[in-house]
Amino acid sequence: MIKSRSSIVSQIILNTIIIILCCIIIYPFLLVVGASFTEEKALVEFGYNIIPAKASLKAYEYVFKNPAAILNAYKITFIFSVMRMVLAVLLQAMIAYPLTKKMLKGRAGLSFYLYFTMLFGGGMVPSYILITQYLHLDDTIWVYVIPMLVSPWNIFMMRTFFAGIPNAIIESAYIDGANEYRIFFTMILPLSKPILAYIALTTFLGAWNDWNTSMLYINDDSLISLQYLLQRIMKNLEVLQNAQAMGVDISTLQNASEIPGETVRMAMAVVVAGPALVVFPFFQKYFVRGITVGSVKG
Amino acid sequence: MAKSNDVAVKPRKKGKGINGTNTIQLYSLAAIPAFLVFVFSYIPMFGIIIAFKNYRFDTGIFNSPWVGLDNLKVFLASDDFARIAYNTISMNLLFMLVGTTCAVLLAVVLFEITARKAVKTYQTILITPNFLSWVVVGYMGYAILHPTSGVANSIIQMFGGKPINWYAEPGYWPWILTIASEWKGVGMSSVVYYASLMGIDASLFEAAKIDGANRLQVAWHITIPQLVPVIVVLSILRVGNIFRGDFGLFYQMSRNVADLYETTDVMDTYIFRVMRIFGDFSLSSAAGLMQSVVGFITVVVTNFIVKFIDPEKSLF
Repeated sequence: MIKSRSSIVSQIILNTIIIILCCIIIYPFLLVVGASFTEEKALVEFGYNIIPAKASLKAYEYVFKNPAAILNAYKITFIFSVMRMVLAVLLQAMIAYPLTKKMLKGRAGLSFYLYFTMLFGGGMVPSYILITQYLHLDDTIWVYVIPMLVSPWNIFMMRTFFAGIPNAIIESAYIDGANEYRIFFTMILPLSKPILAYIALTTFLGAWNDWNTSMLYINDDSLISLQYLLQRIMKNLEVLQNAQAMGVDISTLQNASEIPGETVRMAMAVVVAGPALVVFPFFQKYFVRGITVGSVKG
Repeated sequence: MAKSNDVAVKPRKKGKGINGTNTIQLYSLAAIPAFLVFVFSYIPMFGIIIAFKNYRFDTGIFNSPWVGLDNLKVFLASDDFARIAYNTISMNLLFMLVGTTCAVLLAVVLFEITARKAVKTYQTILITPNFLSWVVVGYMGYAILHPTSGVANSIIQMFGGKPINWYAEPGYWPWILTIASEWKGVGMSSVVYYASLMGIDASLFEAAKIDGANRLQVAWHITIPQLVPVIVVLSILRVGNIFRGDFGLFYQMSRNVADLYETTDVMDTYIFRVMRIFGDFSLSSAAGLMQSVVGFITVVVTNFIVKFIDPEKSLF
């Protein structure tokens, strides 16, 4: 194909626009990383910059000197994220599958039962009272998992996907004498990997980035999530030290301006966000594919 | 569904539906998730009655005294209500306007780029902020807006301007929040538009080319009109949620600084603060009731409208 000169020019312009946009997207990442490797005094004097005015590893030394709080938050967050992901995918699929059965009595009622929760909700206050005063899930790891397992959006997305599985396959399983449990676990689930992967990833991501559950329901420092630890460090660096009973004498550090405040915060942000940012882009195609799968209404 | 239903009816075993479906087994699968929906969605709905009570922890919901509409009256008469209602609605409208425009423009520009491999790379970069929590984005905002060492003030000073104390000036925040929201979300929201552009019949473009239309004319007369139904539906659905604010955006970006409440306090941050920090269940539950009821009305009305435009996209 021969390209006209004007189309080459317009391609250059369009690509330039997007590349500038990509730079704007990347800039804050580099800024935080750059600041985390800057010497505290240089940062205060010259301000935040991508390229450290004076490079230093002090901030990371400070963060890793007592990594117990960070490691614990990583552990807690990983555990509840995996629990939420596995249970959410399984339970939502378990209710989505019956909804594909057009012959099932009460199917419309069950659908409406789920739909209605998308229209109306009690909101934060009644949920808070329910969870803390009646179910007593606060200050347990279950508060990160159980209240957030079932979302109607996900169920309807799954239902749409399940309904697209050729009926002939399921019919033949019935004829072979398979019961519903068997069909669900050995046929529906294995044939629905794309949608299950999408729901699993979005659920995991949501859990991994969860900060408000800790803020609402957790008083016990050993149970706070990674993002909430980061949020608290913004206000108060001592959180890093308080969470551990180790006999580090921080009083000598605290009064001095020796605590690299700004740079430690940025180093913490890198330590908290870094690993996820390395891992998640690998799964990006599932996210993008899921959006197009999910846009079909069932 | 299956055509075989029309075939002669065979005697069935008890509990078995047509085609061998087993009602009891199917319901047993749905039981646990349905129960969780009841506990975590339906019970809180009844819990909104606390807006009409003087809720006390020691007496519980049922034994707390009724106060009728007092809580609502206090909330509606307060300065808070006017402020947070205005902020929530105006910010949502701003996000909707700017968000839709940016997402559509981005999708069109990406669509116009012929090097598909480059587009993939661009999309990967543009979507990345979506994987961050608002806490981390709040840190990035802090590095830019820090009053003495932030990048924004460095740039202002470089051009001879006076540094701005960002975290004390509420006037700038509607725009700061809009930029933050776009920075994080524009890549992901353009994916929907990009996908629908990829679905446009190629013969339309060829016909336009034969008629001698240039790229801009094609974009304006063919590409964008093809998106209009999606834009309309997504916008209306967003109006349905106009009384809900993104808690993370407003809370983390503004660092919950009280000086900024004038423009950054929305329904969700207000309810959280009044309930969890001040422990005032009367006021917070009244605000929560307002949000639930207004939210219900807007969602139902907007869906009703969407149903007329495009039944496929409506919720019910």
